[in-house]
Amino acid sequence: MRALNRLLTRLFNFAIRRRGDARLREEMESHIAAPTEENIRAGMTFEAARRHARLQFGAVDAVREDYHAEEGLPQVENLLLDVRYALRVLRKSPAFTAVALLTLMLGIGANIVVFGVLNAVLLKPLDVSDPQSLYQIRHKQWMIGRLLTTSYPAFEDFRQRNTTFNGMAGIYEYSHAALSWRNAVRQVHGDAVTGNYFDLLGVEPELGRFFHAADEHGPDSAPYVVLSDALWRNMFDADRSVVGVTVELDKHPFTVVGVAPARFHGTERFVCPDYWMPIAMEGADFPQNRSSIDVMVIGQLKPGVTPQQATENLNAISTELAKEYPETDDGQALRLIHPGLFGDDGDVIRGFLWSVTALALLVLAAACANLATLFAARAADRNRELALRVALGSSRWRLVRQLLTEAVLVSLIGGAAGLVGADLLLGALNRSQPFVGALTVSVDARVYLAGLALTLGSALLFGMAPAWQTWQSSPLQMMKNGPADRIDLRRFALRDLLLGAQIAICTLLVTASLVAVRGMVRALDAPLGFQPQGAMLADLDLRQEGLAGHAAAEKTKAVIEAMRSIPGVTAAGTVSRTPFTGGMHGVPIFRPGTTEFKLNNSALAPYVFTVSPGYLEAAGTRLLGGRDVSWHDATETPYVAIVNETFARKMWGETPAIGQHFIVSGNLTEVVGVAQEGKYHDIEESPQPVVYVPLSQNEDSGTIFVVRSQRAPGEMAAALERALSGIAPNVPITVESWPDSLRDELFPARAATVALGVMGLLAAMLAVTGIFGMAAYSVSRRMKELGIRVALGARRTQVMSAAVGRPIVLLGVGSAVGLLSGIFATRLLGQIVYRANPRDPVVVGGTVLTMALLGIAASAIPAWRALAVDPSKLLREE
Amino acid sequence: MKQKRDVQQGTLALMVLKTLDVLGPLHGYGIARRIEQISGDLLSVNQGTLYPVLLRLEQEGAIRSEWGPSENNRRARFYRLTRAGSKLLEAEKHDWEQTAAIIARFFEVKAGDLA
Repeated sequence: MRALNRLLTRLFNFAIRRRGDARLREEMESHIAAPTEENIRAGMTFEAARRHARLQFGAVDAVREDYHAEEGLPQVENLLLDVRYALRVLRKSPAFTAVALLTLMLGIGANIVVFGVLNAVLLKPLDVSDPQSLYQIRHKQWMIGRLLTTSYPAFEDFRQRNTTFNGMAGIYEYSHAALSWRNAVRQVHGDAVTGNYFDLLGVEPELGRFFHAADEHGPDSAPYVVLSDALWRNMFDADRSVVGVTVELDKHPFTVVGVAPARFHGTERFVCPDYWMPIAMEGADFPQNRSSIDVMVIGQLKPGVTPQQATENLNAISTELAKEYPETDDGQALRLIHPGLFGDDGDVIRGFLWSVTALALLVLAAACANLATLFAARAADRNRELALRVALGSSRWRLVRQLLTEAVLVSLIGGAAGLVGADLLLGALNRSQPFVGALTVSVDARVYLAGLALTLGSALLFGMAPAWQTWQSSPLQMMKNGPADRIDLRRFALRDLLLGAQIAICTLLVTASLVAVRGMVRALDAPLGFQPQGAMLADLDLRQEGLAGHAAAEKTKAVIEAMRSIPGVTAAGTVSRTPFTGGMHGVPIFRPGTTEFKLNNSALAPYVFTVSPGYLEAAGTRLLGGRDVSWHDATETPYVAIVNETFARKMWGETPAIGQHFIVSGNLTEVVGVAQEGKYHDIEESPQPVVYVPLSQNEDSGTIFVVRSQRAPGEMAAALERALSGIAPNVPITVESWPDSLRDELFPARAATVALGVMGLLAAMLAVTGIFGMAAYSVSRRMKELGIRVALGARRTQVMSAAVGRPIVLLGVGSAVGLLSGIFATRLLGQIVYRANPRDPVVVGGTVLTMALLGIAASAIPAWRALAVDPSKLLREE
Repeated sequence: MKQKRDVQQGTLALMVLKTLDVLGPLHGYGIARRIEQISGDLLSVNQGTLYPVLLRLEQEGAIRSEWGPSENNRRARFYRLTRAGSKLLEAEKHDWEQTAAIIARFFEVKAGDLA
C-alpha cells in the first residue's frame, strides 16, 4: 500500500514534470542559515560560520541528485533522454534512417503476413467447444477412392460399438440443392449431418435453434435446415424472422430452424457450407447402403482416453465388421487425425506453411544482418563522439544503452510500419479471396504479439553488433586515432561475416524462388488430358424439373442439342463431375466371371465418369481408338464404356482393349473406345485408370455441361439461357470458363510462386543494399588512400580491386555457401514445391546469374566513384 | 578524529519518525539536531541526506509537511507525523526490538549454554 502510494506520487510528479527544486533550495537555505547564526553567536566570523554549517550539511549536489531520484522516476527520465537523443541522431541522417526503416518494414511485414496465414490455418484452434479431443477418423492408408471414412451403416456400427468416444457424428459433405425462397433460386452446397452434430461440437445457434439427435426418426423425418450466417445475410437479408419459415430444397419443403454463428463453418477450415441439414434427409437408400462410402466421421474422445487406445478400439470394430459384411466392408485399419485441413492434405499444408515461415524468418535474418552492418559502420563513424562521452564520465553501459535505444527505436517504428503494411495487405488478400475456399486471415492479438516479438528480437540482433563494438573499444584509442584509420582493412571483420551471411541467405532464397517458378511452369505445362482453354462449364440443375431416369436423359439430350445449335459452339456434352473438383473416389470393377463382388476381389478401382455423347470432344480429350458413346446405347442394348490408356494397360496389357469386357456397377460392360491419358484428381497424381460410361445407360444425378466455344462466358450464359428458355424455363444457369474453375487446383503452385517470389525479391533487394552499402562505405573511407594510389600510378584494375574487391569476394563465397545450403535444403523446398530440385541446372544457372547481376548492379556506383578519383583535388582537400 | 558512520537510510527514517513522535512538528534542521543529540554525536548525520529521506516518507504518507515560521522568523518547512506514520513507527519499532533482542541473546551466549 505504501509502496503503491509512493509509486503513484512519483508517477504523478514525473507526468507533470513537477520538480521540488524551489522547495529544496529554500529548505537547504534555512537549514544552513540556522547553524550559521548559532556559529556567529558562538564567536565565529560570518565566513567561517557559514563554511562550518555547509560542511555539516554535506554535498549539496549529491543531496539534490538523491532528492530528484526520490521525487520522480529517474530510469524513465534517462530513457526518455536516450529516446530524444536517438531521435535527434536519426533525424540527422535521414537517408540511413529511411533505408533502415524500409528494410525492417519489409522484413517484419513479410513475416507478419506469413505468420497471419500460419495462425489462421494452423495455430488457431477450430471454433468448437473442445478442439483438442475432436478427431476425424481416416483410413490408415491414403487410398484414392477412400477420402471419406465409411458407409452410413458402418458409421452407425462404429458409433454404437465403440467404447472410447463420447460421441460420433457423421457428415456427408457433398449435399447440394437448389434453394428457393419467395422468388429467388440459388444453388447451395452444404453438409448433411447426423442429429448430434451441433451438440457434439458444442456450438450455440446465433438465431433460433439447431436440430438434435431427438429430431431424427428415420428417413425423411426431419425436414429442418440450419442456415450459415453468410447465406442468411446474402439471401435472407439477415432477416431475424426467417426462423420457422419454409423454404424449398430441390422442391422439397424444409423448415428453417436456426442460423449458425458467423465464426462457425463446420470442421473444415477452407470450406464454408451454406447450410446444414439432417443426414436423414439424404434419401431412403442412404442409411442402408453399405457400399457407398460417403460419410466422413468425426468423434470426441472420452476424457482420459488416448488416441492410441481409441484407434485400437476402432480397428477391432473394423475387423468385426469385415467378418460380418465380407462383401462390402474390407476391414481396413483406421487412424485418427485432427479435422480441418482436408484430411491428409493437412500434412502438405502444414509442411508448406512452416517452410514458408522458415524462409520468411531467413529474410528477416538477412535484413538484421544488413542493419547490423549499417549500424556497426555508423557506430564506427561516431567513435569520436562516443569516446568523448566516455571521457566526460559516461559509463560504458550507458553508451551501449544509448546505441540499443537507437536500434530498438528504429525497429519499433519499422515494425509498426510493417504491421500496418501487413494489415493492409491481409485485408486486400481477404477481399480478393485468393485463398482456397473461404479462409479469412484476421490480424488478432497473437499476430500482434508475434509482430512485437519479431520487432524486439530483430532490434536485439542488429543492435548487438554496434554495442559489442563499442563495449570492446577503448576511449583512448578512439580519441587518438581518427575514425578513418581505426578500421583495419586487412582484417576479417564482423562486418564481412555479416555481409557474407546475408548473401548466403539471399542466394538460398533466390534459389527457392527459382525452384518455385520452375515448379509453377511445370504444373502449368503438365498434360491434363483435356483442354480447358476455350471450354466453358455450365451448371444447370435439371433435377428441378422433377425428371428422373430416361426422361432426364432425354431432357439432357435436348439441352445438348440446343447448346450445339448456338452459333460459335463447336461441341457440347455432359459429365458427372469434371476433373479436379474433389470428392473423386474409385469404383471397384471386376473381371468377367467374378461371382462374389467383394472389394478384395476387384480388379481395379478406377474413377468412373458418366458422360454424354460429345463430352470427350467438348473436353478436348482425344479418343485413341474405337467410338464415342452414343444416345443409342440404352439400357436395352449391351452396356458399353470407354476406358483410358492406363485402364487398358492395367487390365489387358498389350492386348487391344476394344471388345474386352469387365463388370462395373454389376453390369457386364464392353469396351468400345480408348481415350487418352490425363489427370483427374490432382496434378500430381500418378496415372489413374478411368472409365467413361454413357449417361443413357447410367442414372447419375450430377451433370455438368461442357461447352466448347470461343465466346466469353457472360455472353455464353445469356445465349444459353435464351436457347434453353423453351426447353427448360426458369432453371438457374451458372457459366464459368473452365480455366477459371481450375484456378483452385493451381493454387498451391501459384501460392508457392508468389510467396517465394516475393521473398526472393526482398532478399535480392537486401543483397543489393548490403553490397552497395559495404562497397560505398569502404570507397568513401579510403578516398584518400585511393587518391594516393592513383597519384603513384596504380592501374585501374588495381584501384577497382582495392575499392570493391572485398564485397565481390564476399559475394562469391556467400553465393557458393547459399547454393550449397539450397541443395541441402531440398527437403525444406520439397515441402513447398512439388518435386523441388535445386540441383536443376536451370535453377543453379539462374541463381548464379542473378547473384552476379546483383553484385554488378550493387558495386557499379562505388566502383565508378573509385575510378573517378581525382588525386590532385583530393590531396588538396586535406 | 572519530570515524563518522554513514547511517543507512532505513535506520535514518526510523529515527526521523521517532523524533517527530516525541517532539512534535519540527523542521529539517531541528530533526537533524535532535538525531545528533540523541545519538550522542556517535552518529553524526551528513545532514543533507535527511531531505531525500523526508521526501520519501512524505510520499509514503508517513509524514506531512507545511511552511511555517522558524524560531528566528525564517520560513521553514515543518514536518509532522501522520496517523499512518505512527502506525509505521510502531511496526518498525517492534521489528527493531525483536531483531535487537535476538542479536543481544546471541551476544550473551556462553559456551556452556550450547553444550
